[in-house]
Amino acid sequence: MGTSPLDGRYARNFNTLTPEEQKKLGASKVVVIGLGGLGGGVCEMLARVGVGHLSLIDGDSFEVSNLNRQLLSQEHLIGVPKAEAAKNRVAAINSEVNVTHQVAYLDESNLYEQIKDADVVMDCLDSIDTRFKLQDAAKKAVIPIVSGAIAGVTGQVTSIFPEDLGYELIYGKKSREQSKGVETRTGNIAYCAMFVAAIQSSECVKILLNRGDILHNKLLIAELWTNTFEVVALT
Amino acid sequence: MIKIDLRLFVTLAKYLPKNSGSFEIPEQTTVEMLILDLGIPLELVKLIFVNGKRQDRNYPLKHNDRLGLFPPVGGG
Repeated sequence: MGTSPLDGRYARNFNTLTPEEQKKLGASKVVVIGLGGLGGGVCEMLARVGVGHLSLIDGDSFEVSNLNRQLLSQEHLIGVPKAEAAKNRVAAINSEVNVTHQVAYLDESNLYEQIKDADVVMDCLDSIDTRFKLQDAAKKAVIPIVSGAIAGVTGQVTSIFPEDLGYELIYGKKSREQSKGVETRTGNIAYCAMFVAAIQSSECVKILLNRGDILHNKLLIAELWTNTFEVVALT
Repeated sequence: MIKIDLRLFVTLAKYLPKNSGSFEIPEQTTVEMLILDLGIPLELVKLIFVNGKRQDRNYPLKHNDRLGLFPPVGGG
């Protein structure tokens, strides 16, 4: 076999990851739903760490108000679908990743089909009721979800497995009125989005490798004005 | 009276009383009673943590409890 200038791509992953673990990541498939503040960071980190198959989904296009925090947004990409920008970014970072993208909003009618072949699904959504729908689909597909959510400089991350109550423990019973959270009043700050995306990426890798402590029935809460970082038990 | 360490997150922070780190309340006060006493609309509180564990509104607060109240956070 010939050598490529990119053969050393994962050199600095070792020995935090073993070659076997790197190979396992390369064979893993992750679906990222929502490509805004959280999803952009998650795509970037999963592509760099070497997750081999990424499916990137968002129906939205970039607006000027995304520039304050969304890694994938750039001035010249205003109006461009986020999924397209995400695919291009991943391809530019790591050509070894098999990346697919879809410009689509997901709901009950198509969620299951989109996630059923994944090893992990990343919830980077901005709607609480879609999060509940995703949980139903992931339960049916028997796939874990890594969920992140942000408001202002506050963030939370949890990993939800098919047998868990999941979002009900965080948002209460599902209700139609509960589409958005307090982020509609606080906005979202870049470093909080990136921080939560980083924790989500870490959770994803741990689940794929079955390694480390996973936020299963636990919620990591971070509040950056006060440097509050706490893992709380949901059950 | 007992003392608790009270933390209010995100949009609830504006309801934070003085001396919240060592906040005095009568014995047998439940989380719900405290939320109402602080003037916080009940529906704004989605998550209640006491000493690092999720609890419901009927939890009777104890001396030295560390209480955190969280609104719904859903942004991405």
